[in-house]
Amino acid sequence: MKHLTNLKLKVWRQDGPDVVGKFETHIVESVSDEASFLEMLDQLNERLIGENKDAIVFDHDCREGICGTCSLMINGRAHGPQRATTTCQLHMRTFSSGDEIVIEPWRAAAFPIIKDLMVDRSSFDRIVESGGFITALTGGAPDANLIPVPKPVSDAAMDSAACIGCGACVAACPNGAANLFTGAKIAHLNVLPQGQAERFKRAEAMVNAMDEQFGSCTNHGECSAACPKEISLDVIALMNSDFRKSKSKNRKQLSRG
Amino acid sequence: MVKTQQALAKAGKSRAPVTGTALAVRKKRSFAADLYSTAVGKKYAMAISGIALMGFVLFHMIGNLKMYLGAVELDHYAEFLRSLLYPLAPKGAVLWILRGGLLAMLALHLHAAWSLTVLNHQARPVKYQSARDYEVANFASRTMRYSGMIVLSFLIWHLLDLTFGVVNTVGTENTFVKGEVYANVVRSLDRWPVAAFYILANLLLGMHLRHGAWSIFQSLGWNNPRFNSWRWSFATAFAAIVVVGNVSFPIAVLAGIVKM
Repeated sequence: MKHLTNLKLKVWRQDGPDVVGKFETHIVESVSDEASFLEMLDQLNERLIGENKDAIVFDHDCREGICGTCSLMINGRAHGPQRATTTCQLHMRTFSSGDEIVIEPWRAAAFPIIKDLMVDRSSFDRIVESGGFITALTGGAPDANLIPVPKPVSDAAMDSAACIGCGACVAACPNGAANLFTGAKIAHLNVLPQGQAERFKRAEAMVNAMDEQFGSCTNHGECSAACPKEISLDVIALMNSDFRKSKSKNRKQLSRG
Repeated sequence: MVKTQQALAKAGKSRAPVTGTALAVRKKRSFAADLYSTAVGKKYAMAISGIALMGFVLFHMIGNLKMYLGAVELDHYAEFLRSLLYPLAPKGAVLWILRGGLLAMLALHLHAAWSLTVLNHQARPVKYQSARDYEVANFASRTMRYSGMIVLSFLIWHLLDLTFGVVNTVGTENTFVKGEVYANVVRSLDRWPVAAFYILANLLLGMHLRHGAWSIFQSLGWNNPRFNSWRWSFATAFAAIVVVGNVSFPIAVLAGIVKM
């Protein structure tokens, strides 16, 4: 086990949503290269608390890369320099002694800063609430293989369902767009047989919910590159196509209702 | 901590009611207006108008290759454009219909670009305070609005130069003669600053086209594993063909290959 020494951390500190924030510099004298990025921040926080100072507030939960709670813009990249990795799974061995590490919160109008590095991502919940589900009757569970799903289709659905909703796509997007997230949530259900009944209502409702809060896509591909689950840009194309179709298909259904 | 809880409570209060997948009866609008009212719909408009403008730049370049066949051929080609479908339609009628369509497409492209840019700025009112480290966004994709504006300013100059002839004679003692396309082009591009602007604008156009031609597929939802790998090849080839063709004209004039 090696130790990294003399890390210079520039951390964004902000007391609340409507307060002006600023960078604060902290020196981390020594940290194990086996520590995760968040454990490094934990150590710094313990020191700050010991010195009777405010701890740095950041989001974290499972710390195993599957919950989507951690965030952080590290040196200008969402979730730091390592591809397909959440901040909690980023290890200090990625850095070297003496490095300057700049840490900022996600920045988007839809993600207001709560405090320091913690942002409110309930805008994503609003998109999912508008259509990211299937309406199923309650009752006894159906037989497992009652609905045949071809293997490639279930794989494609799983690739989209891997989205953990961390918000890195919005954070990385130069336009603050949520197309990758919304596309993943739409594609996840729209390719499966269970999702067909509400396919076009879903596409229209979710894109409208997205539209009210986020920017627009200019096809840079930064979202997919930043995504810890490597969601492909293909889901955006599927969303665009289903949204266009929804405009005529939903109208047709309404006039028959 | 109290402050954090207050902030959370405040954020919670701003949550709007949700509609679910129940079909919301939206304001009755035509299909096009309904689609265009959303950001995804505006990207459709960008893509469709982009295809129209791509068609124009490609055929404009191909037509201008007549320059290498001499003055008679090029002037004859210009006359052909003016008398498209003549005598079925009056002289110039079809050309003006095409021009009208192109202007409408250009206006749509600009309006969509403008309103999406405004939306994107609103989506991130506070910028990142530290330097971003882009992973895949390239120079072309991040400068679309600037390359577009420079190409637009070139387009205006180009029209004043070779269509209206207003700036064609600046810096020379010659006169602009309507219909003498070949002579007008040679006179104009013989001035090296004009040729340089021409080349610069076309290189930027190429950059704009490469990102745009790829983006079309995504914006229109044309995505299929069978042809996805060809999308970048198509965009690169299209941009390269247009740029090589267009840039060859001022170089040919300056090098004396195309001369009076």
